[in-house]
Amino acid sequence: MSETQTTMNPVAHYAMRLGDDAVISAQRLCEWCADAPTLEEDLALANVALDFLGRTRMLYRYAGSMTGQSEDEIACSRDASSFENLLMVELPRGDFAFSMARQYLIDVFEELFFAALVDTTDEELAGIAGKAIKEIRYHKRRSVEWMRRLGLGTEESNQRLQAAIDELWGYVDELFAMDNLEQQLLADGVAVDRAVLRDAWQSDVCELLEAVGLAVPGSEWQVSGGRAGVHTEHLGHLLSEMQFMQRAYPGLSW
Amino acid sequence: MASDADNIIPLVSQAYAERLAHRRTSPHGDLFDLLEQVKDPEIPVLSIWDLGILQDVTVTADGVEVTITPTYSGCPAMAMIAEQVEEVLRGAGHNKGNVVSRLSPAWTTDWMAPDARMRLRDYGIAPPESAACPNCGSGDTEVVSEFGSTACKALYRCRQCLEPFDHFKHL
Repeated sequence: MSETQTTMNPVAHYAMRLGDDAVISAQRLCEWCADAPTLEEDLALANVALDFLGRTRMLYRYAGSMTGQSEDEIACSRDASSFENLLMVELPRGDFAFSMARQYLIDVFEELFFAALVDTTDEELAGIAGKAIKEIRYHKRRSVEWMRRLGLGTEESNQRLQAAIDELWGYVDELFAMDNLEQQLLADGVAVDRAVLRDAWQSDVCELLEAVGLAVPGSEWQVSGGRAGVHTEHLGHLLSEMQFMQRAYPGLSW
Repeated sequence: MASDADNIIPLVSQAYAERLAHRRTSPHGDLFDLLEQVKDPEIPVLSIWDLGILQDVTVTADGVEVTITPTYSGCPAMAMIAEQVEEVLRGAGHNKGNVVSRLSPAWTTDWMAPDARMRLRDYGIAPPESAACPNCGSGDTEVVSEFGSTACKALYRCRQCLEPFDHFKHL
């Protein structure tokens, strides 16, 4: 975890990093706005992004109620090393196949994660999870369809999807890694045990990959670091765009 | 022989019946009635009661407190609805109005009022339980996109009359 956050209330810290995952995902999805292959797809991606943004706001508001920060401060006044999102969600959007493949892998993971978070002893997090899980099931339904369409589509779409899965596979371990903060919160009944979700995720994903004519990649390399505030070079560029208004005009509101 | 209770066919969902019972036994029924004036900005034929997001109204020394459950976590209409609630309360002389959001239990379309479904269809939106065409009534319809013009709707097309239409997603 990053240095500035080691003294933070652990539950606030946990809510904030889950919010980081959501806000960075939302930002990447939004990059398709006005640039998706069809108008319907444009709307769909913006809608999914909006769900992620809504979830971000609930999580940041909850974290902020303990740290005394506003949602905007949490989102826009921290530098890359203070963000603790998973590396997978900050990768550039790539081509459409890459964005769909990432969304699919994340949706399968989130469905398991938030279904488990519903049972947390923290009432507020349980409420947020209960809300999120309904939206995630809907997201997943759509991304599964895209995996089928692209995997079983043309040779080109299949190749692009395979390339995306191969690239993303190196970021999968991090989804299931438990650091000290989450180990501690797990003992308190607050956090979800990510490690136990892996088997279900793996079998769900592998089954679909095989069904749509894709090979399951080997695990030649794995990177992690997001939870410790160590990011790819891409996050800084994303933040410079996302945070521009608040940086230029601190405290600005609509 | 079956008792009368066994012969009653429920016409509304259990969830809606519970909401309605809560409203009817509330000492602030007049405020519930008043808040029917607040409509969804995107679907003006539905009030916040019809949509199932108005949960409770209480009156304390600090003024009127209105509890709503958001539909979708990112729905931008929520902020506007909260403003309108305060405005309607002020208009009726309740200067201190406060809107609080309740996440749990999560909102479900089962909370929608039964007659709201009919009004939705008349307005051109297929209600949650049925994707029949609101224009010609045909059940021969197809999904164009899982996501429509707002978070709560999906885009459909009728294969009979060929018209596109919005379908209120079942959640």
